[in-house]
Amino acid sequence: MVTDILMPQLGESVTEGTISTWLKKPGDPVTKYEPICEVTTDKVNAEVPSTFDGTITELIAKEGETVEVGQLICRIEVSGEEAEEAKAETPVPSEVPKPAANEKDDSQKNRYSPAVLRLAQENDIDLTQLTGSGKGGRITRKDVLRAIEEGVGQSKAAQVTSAVIQEKPAEAEKDVKKEAVKPATDSGNVLENGDIEIPVSGVRRMIANRMVESKHEAPHAWTMMEVDVTGLVELRHRMKKDFQEREGVKLTFMPFFIKAVVDSLKEFPYLNSVWADDKIILKKRINISMAAATDDALYVPVIHDADEKNILGLAKSVQNLAEKTRAGKLEVSDMEGGTFTVNNTGSFGSIQSQPIINSPQAAILSFESIVKRPVVINDMIAVRDMMNICMSLDHRILDGLMAGKFLKRVKERLESYGPDTKF
Amino acid sequence: MPVISYIDAVTQALMEEMRRDSCVFVLGEDVGVRGGVFRATVGLYEEFGPDRVLDTPLTESAIVGVGIGAAAYGMRPVAEIQFADFILPAFNQIVSEAARIRYRSNGDWNVPMVIRAPYGGGVHGALYHSQSVEKLFTGVPGLKIVMPSTPYDVKGLLKAAIRDEDPVLFFEHKRCYRLIKGEVPVEDYTLPIGKADVKREGSDVTVITYGLMVHYALQAAEKLEKEGISTHVLDLRTLIPLDKEAVLEAVKKTGKVLIVHEDNKTGGFGGEVAALISEEAFLELDAPVQRLCGPDVPAMPYSPPLEKEFMLNPDKIADAIRELAEF
Amino acid sequence: MSELNHRELGLSDEEVLEMYRYMLLARKIDERMWLLNRAGKIPFVISCQGQEAIQVGAAFALDREKDWLCPYYRDLGMVLAFGQTAKEQMLSAFAKAGDPNSGGRQMPGHYGDRRFRIFTGSSPVTTQVLHAVGIAYAGKLQQKEHVVLTTNGDGSSNQGDWHEACNFAGVHKLPVIFMVENNQYAISVPLKRQVAGGEIWKRGEGYGFPGIKVDGNNPLAVYQAVKEARERGINGEGPTLIEAVAYRLVPHSSDDDDRTYRTREEVEEAKKRDPMLLFKNYLVEKGILTEELNQKFNESIAREINEATEYAEKAPYPDPETTYEHVYA
Repeated sequence: MVTDILMPQLGESVTEGTISTWLKKPGDPVTKYEPICEVTTDKVNAEVPSTFDGTITELIAKEGETVEVGQLICRIEVSGEEAEEAKAETPVPSEVPKPAANEKDDSQKNRYSPAVLRLAQENDIDLTQLTGSGKGGRITRKDVLRAIEEGVGQSKAAQVTSAVIQEKPAEAEKDVKKEAVKPATDSGNVLENGDIEIPVSGVRRMIANRMVESKHEAPHAWTMMEVDVTGLVELRHRMKKDFQEREGVKLTFMPFFIKAVVDSLKEFPYLNSVWADDKIILKKRINISMAAATDDALYVPVIHDADEKNILGLAKSVQNLAEKTRAGKLEVSDMEGGTFTVNNTGSFGSIQSQPIINSPQAAILSFESIVKRPVVINDMIAVRDMMNICMSLDHRILDGLMAGKFLKRVKERLESYGPDTKF
Repeated sequence: MPVISYIDAVTQALMEEMRRDSCVFVLGEDVGVRGGVFRATVGLYEEFGPDRVLDTPLTESAIVGVGIGAAAYGMRPVAEIQFADFILPAFNQIVSEAARIRYRSNGDWNVPMVIRAPYGGGVHGALYHSQSVEKLFTGVPGLKIVMPSTPYDVKGLLKAAIRDEDPVLFFEHKRCYRLIKGEVPVEDYTLPIGKADVKREGSDVTVITYGLMVHYALQAAEKLEKEGISTHVLDLRTLIPLDKEAVLEAVKKTGKVLIVHEDNKTGGFGGEVAALISEEAFLELDAPVQRLCGPDVPAMPYSPPLEKEFMLNPDKIADAIRELAEF
Repeated sequence: MSELNHRELGLSDEEVLEMYRYMLLARKIDERMWLLNRAGKIPFVISCQGQEAIQVGAAFALDREKDWLCPYYRDLGMVLAFGQTAKEQMLSAFAKAGDPNSGGRQMPGHYGDRRFRIFTGSSPVTTQVLHAVGIAYAGKLQQKEHVVLTTNGDGSSNQGDWHEACNFAGVHKLPVIFMVENNQYAISVPLKRQVAGGEIWKRGEGYGFPGIKVDGNNPLAVYQAVKEARERGINGEGPTLIEAVAYRLVPHSSDDDDRTYRTREEVEEAKKRDPMLLFKNYLVEKGILTEELNQKFNESIAREINEATEYAEKAPYPDPETTYEHVYA
């Protein structure tokens, strides 16, 4: 049988050798321990002997070629009884039996690590409400981080702290001034004279974590449509004074936007869904999360069962939540259970944005500024009130087609308003 | 039970073991006629003669190397290194030879030998008569390292070391020699190498230590008792093999651990104990594990204020315990 | 070769033939190990070639039933004469479980074998020289009649442990034979750059015992020197230093290339004084060894080594589980 001859390791730290001369050619007989070639390495020059009696059949490595240790250099037809032995014996590593899958074990459920306790305390998480993913059901640091993000297990007092949170930046600034200038931050950023370091507050950190996780987890796709809201603008203009007097609530565009979204969601339930790793959950309730910013943080209170509300109801909800946010009086129940998010970016003049999905929801829609623009209608140029609506969607749940159809229905609904539409 | 000093416990152990077993012999610098510079071998020369109480040339590597040869032959040498600071010339013989002779010969040979060395500061010994050198050896499997704190432990553990089949480094705190006295039974006894000892029960803070620091920790504990702080003191007695169960047990007593040693902090044995605790008693902890150690300067300086600064004392230990108790 | 006559030294014809056969066995095992290394079958070789006369000559001068050895890594001829076999050398070369020195834990050449009172050695040089003194001291305490022979190279005669050992043994007049196998090189550095004055044997005087220099290419000369040193030791006259001068015929180890520091001419010149060649000529001259007998020796040794190689190659490796054994009792 023909056997491979490999480059031997000549020296303790040597990894390759160069064939300087072949002492044999194909067809030459060789005896065991007879030199077949000369090899040069970093440490030694040596003759490499055959390890078998036989005949050289093929020289693989060329003279002058550098070959890694263990690589084929030539082949030998092994003669006689050694032929059997030449079969390489690869030792089979013994199989280590894997331990049987663990039975459900909750023995560690109530053992909290220092990191878990600190996180729970800082974020007012009731650990008894969490399910641990660690060995023996132990609640891990990650479990707590997830709970913070998902708002699970938050004790009642949790969200009533925004007032406190708002005070923090001011304090932080004072601290920074005291500390003067540090040469470098932990992240390696170099500070120069006049730079100010702001410690990251708990709320800021939470927002940061959620944003990073959403961007990291959900593949964002983005699409935008133009909506002609000339009719809606006229309608609101006509109605707003009356409405406020009658209802005591300001008539903004937001209720109309939300109504258009809610009605469209009913047509496209996939937009009102949640990604849950191995499944997509279509939510029955339509709870609209509404992005609401304060100076230092972003909150996303929820209008629950928005599909059961008319424009008036929605207007009241919007105003109520906005006030609570500004006053720092949002409650946990105000923040829970959103199924789709709307974002009124137009309120600060934006005409285009790429919002980050409020995961695990399927999409987020932002309504941009309404601006008067020349538009071609029926081959004539007209001045119209135009608005862009921008949507980011989780491409795991939705494809562009359905998202586009949904967005188109929102657009149609908004464009259907006229100065005399009853609502 | 008679009360004897720490160094008398050393002498008694040697004397009794040499009487018990003719294979036991002592070698080192000035151990013979002089009876040792600390007088640890006093009286041995008179009783056992110059061959079994051997004054060697001034050569530490030879003291250990010759001891290894004799031990392998079947003797039970007890080598004295005059000061632990001078053990370094013998480092190769201890680490490359004594520690691994059993291993490298696949069990064919062994080295039943004890290397005694006085260590530690607080005696105006300066850089080269004050060092704690245990961290140089604790990472060398094959060696056993014993560092007793009381006369009772010294005698029982030295006897056990002499009867042990493997090389034992037996570090004696030189400040303890005449400072520490205690009851020691008259009859023959040994203590197991590798077993720690609870020197005081407590519920607020656990101190894990060895050698002279055991006494300082006990003094600190006494003082803190009056302040309402209850201190648990574990004396390791043996660093290698480490009594892991005892360490973990001591952690569970309080959940707050202070490790104290005179050896430098960085690379000191306290790091190993702390690592063990975080690996195996993580969920018992109520506070971060703390270390109170010699500072990371090369060795103990001579000038009194400098020595004092380097050296730990009961007050420094009490402060550290108090801080943990308040955590 | 010198005028020394084996019969005058008290060696029979059979004994010198046996010496020759041990030298040949050592040489042939060594040569096989190089081939195995170059074929990629064993990772490392360290050689005895050129020093067989010293090793076998010394071993024959000792009481191989009583005396102790603290050898160094080239003493293949010595450990064979004390009782180890070709098979055991191959088990060591292949790092197999049956290696008597270490069960496959140490590199080849790190001898140690309680059966033959060969104390285990390491790679840091001359640590064993102090162990030899300790063994001699222990023997003295137990009133045993034996000597300890310890060897090392010319380069390592500069180590502190070597000097500490000579001094210690000198002070206590211990039965130790310090034998330096001067093969002219400490890896690449020649004697003149290693040893001030160039004469290692003269150091004996400084330690209060005789130092002698012998022709290390002549096993009879080494035999004579060690025999006398043993007598002194047994008689309580203390240690002896022997410098046996030979030449390392091959590179330091399988990882070394001696062409980088010495000429081929120098090596060829040395080969003319190869102890194998000289001793063979002596035996032929004395009519003790014939070509036929030499042929027979060569053939039986070749067979022995072939069998040993095959046996060792097929022998089991140590079980990985045993990595954790023998750290403590």
